[in-house]
Order: sequence, then C-alpha cells, then structure tokens
Amino acid sequence: MRFSIYRYNPDTDSKPRMQDYDIPLEPTDRMLLDALVRIKEHDDTFSFRRSCREGVCGSDAMNVNGKNRLACITKVTEVKEPIVIRPLPGLPIIRDLIVDMSQFFKQYHSIKPYVQNDDPPPERERLQSPDDREELNGLYECILCACCSTACPSFWWNPDKFVGPAGLLWAYRFIADTRDDKINDRLDNLEDPYRLFRCHSIMNCADVCPKNLNPTAAINKIRDLMVKRAI
Amino acid sequence: MAIAKRQFDAIVVGAGGSGMRAALELAQANLRVAVLSKVFPTRSHTVAAQGGVSASLGNDEPDNWHWHMYDTVKGSDYLGDQDAIEFMCRKAVEVVVELEHFGMPFDRLDNGKIYQRPFGGHTSNYGERPVKRACAAADRTGHAMLHTLYQRNVRAHTQFFVEWMALDLIRNQQGDVLGVVALEMETGEVMILQAKATLLATGGAGRIYSASTNAFINTGDGLGMAARAGIPLEDMEFWQFHPTGVAGAGVLITEGVRGEGGFLLNKNGERFMERYAPTVKDLASRDVVSRAMATEIKEGRGAGKDGDYILLKLDHLGAETIDKRLPGIREIAKKFANVDPVTDPIPVVPTCHYQMGGVPTNYSGQVVVPDGSGGEKPVKGLYAAGECACVSVHGANRLGTNSLLDLLVFGKASGETIIADLKADVQSQQELPADAADLPLARLARLDSATSGETVAQVGADMRRSMQLHCGVFRFPDSLGDGVRNMLEIAQRVQHTYIKDKSKVFNTARIEALELDNLVETAMATIISANARTESRGAHDRSDHPDRDDVNWLKHTLWNKEGNRLEYKAVKLKPLTVEGFEPKPRVY
Repeated sequence: MRFSIYRYNPDTDSKPRMQDYDIPLEPTDRMLLDALVRIKEHDDTFSFRRSCREGVCGSDAMNVNGKNRLACITKVTEVKEPIVIRPLPGLPIIRDLIVDMSQFFKQYHSIKPYVQNDDPPPERERLQSPDDREELNGLYECILCACCSTACPSFWWNPDKFVGPAGLLWAYRFIADTRDDKINDRLDNLEDPYRLFRCHSIMNCADVCPKNLNPTAAINKIRDLMVKRAI
Repeated sequence: MAIAKRQFDAIVVGAGGSGMRAALELAQANLRVAVLSKVFPTRSHTVAAQGGVSASLGNDEPDNWHWHMYDTVKGSDYLGDQDAIEFMCRKAVEVVVELEHFGMPFDRLDNGKIYQRPFGGHTSNYGERPVKRACAAADRTGHAMLHTLYQRNVRAHTQFFVEWMALDLIRNQQGDVLGVVALEMETGEVMILQAKATLLATGGAGRIYSASTNAFINTGDGLGMAARAGIPLEDMEFWQFHPTGVAGAGVLITEGVRGEGGFLLNKNGERFMERYAPTVKDLASRDVVSRAMATEIKEGRGAGKDGDYILLKLDHLGAETIDKRLPGIREIAKKFANVDPVTDPIPVVPTCHYQMGGVPTNYSGQVVVPDGSGGEKPVKGLYAAGECACVSVHGANRLGTNSLLDLLVFGKASGETIIADLKADVQSQQELPADAADLPLARLARLDSATSGETVAQVGADMRRSMQLHCGVFRFPDSLGDGVRNMLEIAQRVQHTYIKDKSKVFNTARIEALELDNLVETAMATIISANARTESRGAHDRSDHPDRDDVNWLKHTLWNKEGNRLEYKAVKLKPLTVEGFEPKPRVY
C-alpha cells in the first residue's frame, strides 16, 4: 500500500518533507493505524501518537487525504491511495505527526470543565431524571482528539481567543447538567466577541468528529441561552 | 553527567483512574504532587472500560456489601485477601457516590438514582441469582470516569507532567524509595524527581500477549521498575482472559452485553453456558465463561469457517435498548467485526484483558515485602494502586466492574495513606545515593550506542507469540516448560536490541524499547510463576492438575527478578470485622 507521509524531526531535518512509503500489509492490518505500525516496523524514525486502538482515547488524530480522522478506526480500504497523511492542521508541530496540543487543552481548561455546585453534596447521589441525564448525550462522549478544533478556520485564525468547537461542546455539557448551578457564570465566561462568537457555523467540526458529535449544535444552544438571558 | 533534579512531596506515576484518584486526594491536601504520564491523562487505558463500576447501592433491588464481598471472594477462587476485599466492598458506596458528586454522568433510573445492571459473578444473597450492582454510564463508564477524574484534578490544580515516562525507581541502601528517574518525551531529557512518597499507578501489562484488549501503552512500566529495584511481583500467573474480545481484532465487548440480556451461542445455535453454569449461565465469572468458550471451540463447536470463534447474540434486546445502553458496542461491532449487532451476532473469543497480580501492597496502598521472619514490612516511600498493584482483592480471577472500583477505593486509600505518612515523617528529604540515576542512564546509553542488533518489534512479537502459545486460557506442563525456555532466551535478546533512531525529540522508538524491558520482566514473572503453580485456580488452568489444591497452594506467589526466585506468602483469610468465607467448591 502506498503512503505519502509528512516527516519532520527538528533534531535532524532542516525543513519538513513528504516521504513516500510502499509497504506490503498483512491481512490483519485492517485499520490505518495497523498500517502505520507496520511502517514503523520498517522505519523506526517515524513518530506518531497512539494508544487504545479502538477510538476512545483520542491519541491518533491526524489529517488523512485532507480530512481529520482517527487512524485506529479508519479502514485502510476506505481511503484512496496514495494515502496522504499530515499532522492535524493549525497546531505547532513537534515532530512528524505529533503536534503541540497545549493551546487546544488551554481552551478546554478555560471553560472550567467540571461540575460546580455550591450546595453541600447530599449523603447519597444527587438525583437526576433520565430525561435530564439524556441532555448530556452527544456531549460527554468527546474524547478530546482535536479533530474538530483543528478543522475549524475560526480556531486556525484565533486559537488563543476562540475556545473552539471541542471546548464549547464541553462548555455546553456542563451548562446542560442539572447538577451544575453556575450557568450564568458559564455564559459570562463566553460573552465576548471571540470566545463563542467567532463560530461562523461552518460545521467542519460536526463533519469530521469521529464520535459523530455535533459541536455546532451545542454552540447554537449556548447562543440561544445568551439571547434568552438578554431579553 | 549532571542531571536536573526537582523535589516534590509526592510523585504519582500514571494518570489513569487510580493515579488521578490518588492525585486528587494529594492535591486537595495542598501537597506538592507531580503526576507523570506517558500520555495526556484522558488517554490512559481506564478510558476503555465499558460496563460499569460495582457498588451495592441497592438502587433497583436489595443489595449489600456482604453479598458483594462474598461474590468477590468466591470470584477470586479464594486467593483474594479477605481483609482487603472487605475494605473495598464496604468503601464502594462511598467512592461511587463521591464520583457522582464530582460530576460523573451516570445513567439514571426513573427515580433519579444511578442506573445499575447485572454483571458476571455478582449475585444476590450469596450466589442465588444475578444482582444489579454495576453502576453504568451507557457502555462508556471508564471514559466517563477518567474524564471526570481529570476534570476534578483540573479544578484542584494538580501538576501533571504529560508525556513523561518514568524509567526507574531510586532506592537507597536501606531500601527506601526516594523518587524516580524519568524521561521527558518531547525533549528526550532525563530528570530526577525526588519525593518522600512515590505511588506506582501504571496500570497493567496486557501487551505481553498477542491477542489483547489492552492499549499499546499497557506495558507494565511500574512492574518493570519494581522488579529492577528488587521488589517482588505477586501472583503474576493469574491473567484474565475476557470472554468477549472481537475475534481477530482483540477489541473489548463489554460483559454488560450479557448483563443486559445478551448470550453466547456455539455453531449449533446452542446456548452452551447452561451446561457449564446452570444457575447464572452467561453471567458466571469470566474465567468460567472463557474456559467454557475455549472448550466449545476445542471440541469442534466453534462458529465460522475455521470454527474458531463463538457468537455473542444481542439482537433480541432490540435497537432501542442497544442504542441506549450499548451504543459504543454497536459502533465497535460495525467497525471491527463488520456486523450490526441489532441484526447479527458478534464473533468473539477469549482475549487477554487484565492482570490480577502486581506489586504487592496492603489495603492502605503501601508496597510490602517479606521481612525475613515470615511476616511482611512496608517499603518506605513506595506505594502502588490499581491494576499494577496486587492488594490482593482479585485473587485468581477478577469480577467484572471490580477493577474500576479497585481504582477508586485504593487510589483514594493510597492518597490518604501518603498524606498520613508524610505528616508523621518530620525528617527532611533523604540524600540521594550517588548512583541514583545509573541504571536508567545505562539503559539509555546502551540504546544510543548500539549499532546493530534485532529490532524491538521483532523481539516484542516473539515474546507475545510465546506467551500466547504457552500461557493462555489452558496451560499444559510441557508447553509451560517451553514457554520458560523461550522467555529466558528473550530476556537475553532484549538486552541486544537496536534502534536506528538516535534523535532526542519525541523518539518513540526509544520509548518502545524501554517499554519492552518492562514487558519482558512482566512476561518472565508470569511464565515462571505459572510453571511452578501445580494446581488449577481461577484463571490459571493446568491440564496436569485440573483441581484446586488448597492444601498446597492456598498461597500467594512472589517472583523475584534476581535468579527468578519464587517464594510464597499466606492468603489473608480473616476479614476486618466479619467472619471469613472458608474455601469451598466454586459453582455458578
């Protein structure tokens, strides 16, 4: 199988390059990640992140033939050869497919991603109806792979000011949780020309999310709450 | 070579469930804690746990910790330490409720309480029938838990060292542990991190087998570090083969499928678990179900063109239940097995999943070693929790959902113990020995200077194949002997591996070579311990000794790296406050 892969090692390379590989795959190499592991057997200088190999840890997000995806749940048969693999766009590159995700996590941290509730907790669990719990579906499943934020032009231009689709999805996850009593603070935290409102509903985020989540929908719900609060 | 050095109150190695639960305790006590992780915390393997966390909340039907304790003792095939098991089962409600308060998005019952489902080996009234004890967030309980714990640590301002790999423990002449030597992956720099308390929370090493549900990062780093520092490993012959890994892919399909009403079929469409476990059938404990499946396949009743897998049927649950309670499973089955479980059964095989053994600890999280006069003593400064530790609450076989519980209970307990031990210790940090970093630096120097040799991939693949072949669900005396010989050879070969990449920045070839050292220690401990234990108990099943032998083998194995020496210690049959459960035949 033929690949063209972005390579850059600051220790040894003066500039990045695309490297071609033509590697025979074993019948058991069904996912793109299997193929990358096979390439690394031939060339141990090739670096990428990976862990769970089943689409839940979010390590192996990369740009495959122009689209951000998780290598471990992308079948080799569903991508066209030569498979062009680049690091996630818009983030500083550390080496090969490994990007510096500090800015992405900083934005995630900025939305205070934890349930806040001033009431002392009861002896047993806080009660929540199944319907209220269902509000969290499509939100809490995010794996922080950054496929969405690094596919978002608004995040490319303002990664320091725009929270980005992943962070905003999480912001709404806590707004939507009936156990959290800081909705107003959370909306205040996003009331700014950039943090939320840089989203122009381009919807790349929803298009690329490997978990089929829809950050744009979450962002729209936050906007609705802001409008409702204003009137 | 001068190495940078930093001091902390406590170091936590690993940011999975137990490491982050401990870190939270430490950070909230305003201690200076450093949490090292090879991956960003939410990428740790706790994220892949699916079905639930056990606690006798009794939200849907009567339940209590006594029943939970009985099930756990029986599930362990009586090898579990009953003081630790009582401790864990009694603490379960507290730590699960706490997790809910932290924001864990548990599924809910109509009355608003946490949703609970049945799981293998968990029963009502001492074995009468399955009980709903597994608290679940759909089939993503581990993901929800790991993110919740990370989020809570963000709130507590815990200091994480992300993408740092701990290489070796620092131990002085008295045997006290003074910290770790670690490698920053992004820069390739080595640093000494010194602290009065070091907690190993490095998870399991399921990557010693070819067919494994485990992530690439599960390489037994804490086990390798402990072994090289002269600390024995306990009960390493006991590995859990999960009944339902996707055939050919290894990816986990939760036991929660059977908890929700799914069941296993052989090629004749027979629900064969009725023959092996007449009372609880498909919800027998995992060792029992895996053996039954392997027997069906061995006797020619496996499904598929090669007769090498079993079918997991759940279409009768209906699309609505599957999408509500098992959405991740449907995704996985479509991706990795090319079947939609709403209409077709999933091909599954027993797959290496969990390591019952580990670094020996007491139920406070202190690492303990033999004291030379028949008892045991803590290693000053060293603690362990989670899958890398052997408390032992799982004994010879772990019950499903007890691992997430283990992480919470013993993560928290070890954090509390560290806080108390630090408070009691008014001395300043001890002086580091002059050779503090010699061992890891020598390991790195060898990789840097080697100009030829076998690849890490080759030696690793041979190790995994050998373990798979010689130390699987069924174990045979001759084959175990071959396995020992292979591993002795592989332990030599691993010292002569070669990596082409000698660069500093994010050198993953170097990381994989260092990980292989740890895998080989783990595999060696496993095969040596398994070869010596001449009985069948829990997950350890020997053809030449098909029965449990309580007269000779109701004891824990301790493997020492030096000379592959084995010693044994008694099982704690006396719980903390209640009567113990006497070993008796185990039927489900």
